[in-house]
Amino acid sequence: MRTVATIVRKDLLLELRTLETVPTMGLFAIATFVIFHFGFNRPSIQGQLAAGVLTVTLLFAGMLGVNRLFVAEREQGGFDGFLLAPVDRTAMFVAKAASLLVFLIVLEVIAVPAFALLLLQPSVGRSLPGLVAVLALADVALAVIGTLVSAIAVQTRARDLIGPLLGLPLLIPALLATARAAGPLLAVHGSSAPPGKWMAILALYDLVFALLAYALFDYLLED
Amino acid sequence: MASSKQSTTYGRGLRGLATATVASIGLALALVFFYAPLDADQGFVQKIFYIHVPLATVSLCGFVFGGVLAIGYLRTGEKRWDLRSYVAIHMALIFGVGGLITGSIWAKASWGHWWVWNEPTLVSFLIVLLLFATYQPLRFAIEDPERQARYASVFAVVAGAFVPLNFIAVRLAQQYVHPRVLTLGGGNLPGSMRLTFSIALVGIALLYVTLWKYEMAAKNARMQIRALRRALLGDDAVSPLRRSAAPS
Repeated sequence: MRTVATIVRKDLLLELRTLETVPTMGLFAIATFVIFHFGFNRPSIQGQLAAGVLTVTLLFAGMLGVNRLFVAEREQGGFDGFLLAPVDRTAMFVAKAASLLVFLIVLEVIAVPAFALLLLQPSVGRSLPGLVAVLALADVALAVIGTLVSAIAVQTRARDLIGPLLGLPLLIPALLATARAAGPLLAVHGSSAPPGKWMAILALYDLVFALLAYALFDYLLED
Repeated sequence: MASSKQSTTYGRGLRGLATATVASIGLALALVFFYAPLDADQGFVQKIFYIHVPLATVSLCGFVFGGVLAIGYLRTGEKRWDLRSYVAIHMALIFGVGGLITGSIWAKASWGHWWVWNEPTLVSFLIVLLLFATYQPLRFAIEDPERQARYASVFAVVAGAFVPLNFIAVRLAQQYVHPRVLTLGGGNLPGSMRLTFSIALVGIALLYVTLWKYEMAAKNARMQIRALRRALLGDDAVSPLRRSAAPS
């Protein structure tokens, strides 16, 4: 547990000092909202369409973070240092997933208000707790699968291409569940509670892939 | 020699298996055209069902099979498990493309569109195929053979587990359009159709197994020849391996 905390602290400190990943993700998300605005050619959107735009934007912005996640480890020899240390290897997975989760939460703190301001027709206030719950579950899925995919992709040539190529199909069911769960929340006269069915699917998806990644991550490090 | 024993194992029974495959597919085709009744709604077009559904089913089972074999590699670290998993996924991909094309033709003929989005089985199949289509590029992008095998095995296990999960999620997202033929209650297929379908399924499954074994035997023989050439003629007689997505 101390190992995990150390790696997370290192990652966050690195991000605070360089401001490399999270600001890029945020700017990317806002730029995408602007592009959607012109692409749709309408002043505002709501309901399922809004949910789709929000989910897709967050997914693509998250992919930027996924691509960067292990780059420092690979290029600066962080993997070697970690493998030499007498610590549990799975700690690396937990720590990286936690860092990515933090990045995604910061991204959403920037992107969701921007989305509400720029595109969304109904006020987001009433359904905000539900939306936070949906996005939290979606973030876990993205963090878990993103970490696994990033660890695979970072060792390949053309890693920036392989990452999204592997990650997007794996995330389609999570994306689908997120968009469907958020749809009613963003409708003009929608409900304020997300549909339980989709929340359950997201939670199940998180759980299964967290266990799988936890079990398999060791093989991606051993050398 | 261990390797020679191995290749004879893959080659053994191949002839009988191939005969059984030809016989069962021939029988299935005969039943499809002369025994199974015409579908009341769709007429003759419905007969593609006897090839499309087995292809898709066998392909999905092949993906999961490849994942299970990949567990073997991760547990033992022996290269032959990686080769088995690779060939299983490779064959399943070919069957899957076949299933997708036949499904598309069926959709055009019976619903009027080449692609139908509100058809959960079709959509989830496409997603699975998209995922496994990245298997070869992933392998090709990793140069070190040992790492290639390890990473590809991790991918195969994750993707194999993804197959059923994906089907659950997509199926829940849409309403049913497809006739449910393989439900636990036996479906709504009349007996003669079910018999024809079962034999077609067995035939395609046998075809998959035959091709898998054949490919394994061929790859093993090629590796063995390489090793023998190197042993007899020296390292210079063997051209260096090109970078490849296949285990070597």
